[in-house]
Amino acid sequence: MTLPLSFVFFVLLGLSVYFYYHAKSGIVRKAALLSDRTKALPSHYGQQSFLWAFIPSLLILLVLTIGGPNYIDQIFYNKIQELNPTFNESFVSLILAKVINVSNGKISTGEENIIMLAKDYKIAFEQLHFYRGLVVILCAALLGMIISYRQKPGSNAREQVEKFIVNIFFASAVIAIFTTVAIILSLFFEALRFFNLYNFFDFIFGLHWAPNVAIRTDQVAAEGSFGMIPVLLGTLLISFIAMCVAIPIGLFSAIYLAEFATPKIRDFVKPTLEILAGIPTVVYGYFAALTAAPFFREIGFSLGLDVSSESAIAAGAVMGIMIIPFISSLSDDVIRAVPQSLRDGSMGLGATKAETIYIVILPAAIPGLIGAVLLAVSRAIGETMIVVMAAGLSANLTVNPLESVTTVTVQIVSLLTGDTEFDDIKTLSAFGLGLALFFFTLLLNIFALSISRRLAERYD
Amino acid sequence: MTSKFRTKKVEVSYGDKKAIRDISLDIEKNIITALIGPSGCGKSTFLRCLNRMNDVIENCSIKGSIHLDEQDIYGPDIDPVELRARVGMVFQKANPFPKSIFDNIAYGPRIHGLASNDSELKDIVHNSLEKAGLMDEVKDRLNDQATGLSGGQQQRICIARAIAVSPEVILMDEPCSALDPIATAKIEELMNELCESYTIIIVTHSMQQAARVSKKTAFFHLGDLIEYNDTDKIFTQPENQKTQDYITGRFG
Repeated sequence: MTLPLSFVFFVLLGLSVYFYYHAKSGIVRKAALLSDRTKALPSHYGQQSFLWAFIPSLLILLVLTIGGPNYIDQIFYNKIQELNPTFNESFVSLILAKVINVSNGKISTGEENIIMLAKDYKIAFEQLHFYRGLVVILCAALLGMIISYRQKPGSNAREQVEKFIVNIFFASAVIAIFTTVAIILSLFFEALRFFNLYNFFDFIFGLHWAPNVAIRTDQVAAEGSFGMIPVLLGTLLISFIAMCVAIPIGLFSAIYLAEFATPKIRDFVKPTLEILAGIPTVVYGYFAALTAAPFFREIGFSLGLDVSSESAIAAGAVMGIMIIPFISSLSDDVIRAVPQSLRDGSMGLGATKAETIYIVILPAAIPGLIGAVLLAVSRAIGETMIVVMAAGLSANLTVNPLESVTTVTVQIVSLLTGDTEFDDIKTLSAFGLGLALFFFTLLLNIFALSISRRLAERYD
Repeated sequence: MTSKFRTKKVEVSYGDKKAIRDISLDIEKNIITALIGPSGCGKSTFLRCLNRMNDVIENCSIKGSIHLDEQDIYGPDIDPVELRARVGMVFQKANPFPKSIFDNIAYGPRIHGLASNDSELKDIVHNSLEKAGLMDEVKDRLNDQATGLSGGQQQRICIARAIAVSPEVILMDEPCSALDPIATAKIEELMNELCESYTIIIVTHSMQQAARVSKKTAFFHLGDLIEYNDTDKIFTQPENQKTQDYITGRFG
């Protein structure tokens, strides 16, 4: 007998719903018997039973579904190793993979041992599914019965339910934090492996980025050099160009939208600007490579400047255009959130609209405006596609926007795609870059937060 | 008795809806005039016409004429920004800017260039706070946020801010409606002192307040000016039945 996941889940849900109604009507009966009033609404007792029956069993179901297969794999891994003590780790893994594929019927084989193991594997899985279903359903039934039995008209089910739900909210917040920490840790440990192979200070202060090492032992290549400064400088240069385009245009359009546009114009302009945010970055990439880059090249020629066909300025300018809606839309909301009473107060003193905006509205909106710009900066730093297509891959140590540069994210992509090995210095350097980028954006955030705190003019 | 404001057949409509019609009244110089009436009667709308604050509201149109010292304030050569410097306004909700107390008061003088140097500016700020009776309370914390003050102090900051521009008229739109009786008493006292040098027009929902502070009272109802007379007359022997009903609390 097999009990598939969806079946178990719906039985669990059905049981829990049953306990909801069971407890709801049960508490009314108990109260009538004792000629007493229930302390909470009957539906609160129902909710309590539902939550007690549903949530713990759901957690068990999750644990068994995620952890169970790993556990079985581990058992079979050990079994294979016991049978063939001479095999090394990767070969055991290979056999295990074969066993799993045979048991799924994905491949067939003539090897007796493997067929035997595959059969056992299949049985183990069926058993796991069966017991998973059994345990979950029994657990739900038991918990539901216990809680329904223990509910008295005098117990405050509402309080209990509210506490339970607050805990669910808390757990959700914790999950988000844990995931973040896990991501940072994985980045950190991989980066550590890189720094075992490559000097840390050579990495962060190195002026030369040339990750051309031999991928396989039979290849011949130069000694790689991993100085991140040119790459980081490329990121900074392109982000800077992008912000030079996006901040003025975004902020001015936000001021126009919030303070001058009639509702009709606003209703048209704002969604149109927001469409810009919906265009896939690859499309911006075409635009940068096919339209913007030749445009800047021609302008450069007519001025007698030599503009590279893959230039930082083309990528940065197009990236800036991509970012405009982030800044304009958020800033518009922030500016409009400044109370009308402040505008009235300023106008009532004989201030012009311009004076009102510069002296009263914008200072009051500063924290939100910095938030908008910060979001835009992180978009610019993380943007990859436009740079790949329009700014190139060569890590030049330059701040000249007319030359071709590369960025951290682009290098990470090019290091990790294609024919790579995961313990190779070239691959690992990508994690070093990732960690550097992470710390850089972290510093940027802290810096911007402290500025915004200093400038904040709180209105209430 | 000289008139500061002279309004003739003023009519204001928001889109198709008429807010006030046919308001003709003369407001005397250097006294307090109160505008009373039930909510939605148009008294605030009328008040906002006097310094053209209605200009910023969309689809608001104004007919008739309003003269300030024999000058048509809706005339083509009038800059509403200059007008508002002459006719200051204090609002229902205290709305100090989220800046320091000093910067709040200095805002008007700065934008109008009333002070040529820092010490003059300081004098203006100190004088305004003195006139508003706030100096003793805030003299040690001029650099603190004005939004951190109590509600009554915030409203007096707004009055001081208006005085700092040296206007001729101060319009007050229910300045005490969010304040407790003690803060209200302070502001009323302040108004009494200020009316020696300024013309004050106050919109209020409190009839006691109108009776206490004003010399003349105008009663508005559903967009019409029902009665305009000396405050003593209005509250003791009103000529109109509606006025009588309103001040005795039979409606409104």
